[in-house]
Amino acid sequence: MIYPGAEAAVADIPDGATIMVGGFGVTGVPFTLIKALADRGAKNLTLIANSAGGRLPDIDLTLLVKNGQVRKVIASYPVYSGRVSAFEERHLRGEIELEMVPQGTFAERIRAGGAGIPAFYTPTGRGTQLARDKEVRVFNGQEFVLEFALHADFALIKAHRADKTGNLVYHRAARNFNPVMATAAEITIVEVDEIVETGTIDPEAVVTPSIYVDRIVKGKRHEIRFD
Amino acid sequence: MKSGLTRELICMRVAREFRDGDYVNLGIGLPTQVSSFVPGNVNVTLHCENGMMGYGRIAHEDEIDPELVNAGSEPVTLKPGASFFDSATSFAMIRGGHVNVTVMGAFQVSEEGDLANWMRTERGVGSVGGAMDLVSGSKKVIAAMEHTTRAGHPRIVKKCTHPLTGKGCVNLIITSLAVIEVTPAGLMLKEVAPGVTAEEVQNVTEPRLFISPELKEMEF
Repeated sequence: MIYPGAEAAVADIPDGATIMVGGFGVTGVPFTLIKALADRGAKNLTLIANSAGGRLPDIDLTLLVKNGQVRKVIASYPVYSGRVSAFEERHLRGEIELEMVPQGTFAERIRAGGAGIPAFYTPTGRGTQLARDKEVRVFNGQEFVLEFALHADFALIKAHRADKTGNLVYHRAARNFNPVMATAAEITIVEVDEIVETGTIDPEAVVTPSIYVDRIVKGKRHEIRFD
Repeated sequence: MKSGLTRELICMRVAREFRDGDYVNLGIGLPTQVSSFVPGNVNVTLHCENGMMGYGRIAHEDEIDPELVNAGSEPVTLKPGASFFDSATSFAMIRGGHVNVTVMGAFQVSEEGDLANWMRTERGVGSVGGAMDLVSGSKKVIAAMEHTTRAGHPRIVKKCTHPLTGKGCVNLIITSLAVIEVTPAGLMLKEVAPGVTAEEVQNVTEPRLFISPELKEMEF
């Protein structure tokens, strides 16, 4: 359960894996695990992440993009205004495929994947190009779009604190996609700021119960720059 | 062409739309700045799609918590009564109609209230984020933006040329020059920025504007 380091925790991620990566902007991103995956060098990866890196390019998913490890990205916010990321360059050159998903649909597809729901209808995106060629059904006189669950081989997530059993709590807005991604992968690897004895986290305060967590790594501190 | 209101004044005018008890989501860009201008006498709860509710103004340097940020990754403050939740819960609140007001930036708004704000056609790639969920779930959608592009072209158009975020979803447009309501009969000019005439607004707006009988100057 508790791994000595991030390198060991990601050592069996193979070429071609589908990987969920938590985080929203600069918060709740498992930077230590991303670095370890870049060092490991697994190729042909499909990333399911809200963005494709570029805010903190020397530590975020840009590392994997620049390494040529990424085949496809499923995201809601892949590029930022006012800057051109390594992902954007490679996507526009046709080297990385992009599946753009509205953020709420993205979160719900992951939630569904973890909850045994194969698909669902949502009002989001109707009448736009992101609903093109998707099945539409009318309920109560309104159109809804069929969306399918997302699953992954691995989820790399960030939490604030884990107990040794794998119960997790988060800090502030760094929670974001991490708890849902923890539910939707075969193997969930969590990077935390601290690991505490089992029994010291109030059961009422647990956000991600241990059933969803397979591997725990203590992360390194990363400096977050705001610009 | 008149340059019109500063971004701060646009934010102040947007904040005047909020009512006691509103749950408000502020989109990335100009709208996130509105959190610093919410009047103290209005009890509004700000919701952020990254999974928090009850945040306040943009944080000062000595208040920064790197994990307490708004949708645009800017550090913010927290108010008493705040809460945190995951992204799936956050969007359940949005889609479920619990967040009743959304303020969004826009590239273009059409005369029928279509919104285009996630991708400029010429860039070839964009970021939709939570915009499509927000316009499908919110009861009131406010588009807040500069009245024209940097090149001086209208952003309020007959038909959006950039990909749509939502059809017929915008209720109110607040720009550097005017406040315009989207009505079934078309766009109604309700307010003009100080020193700006209705004719000057029409000159930089593509569709025909109906002028409200109660047309007035914007207040802040």
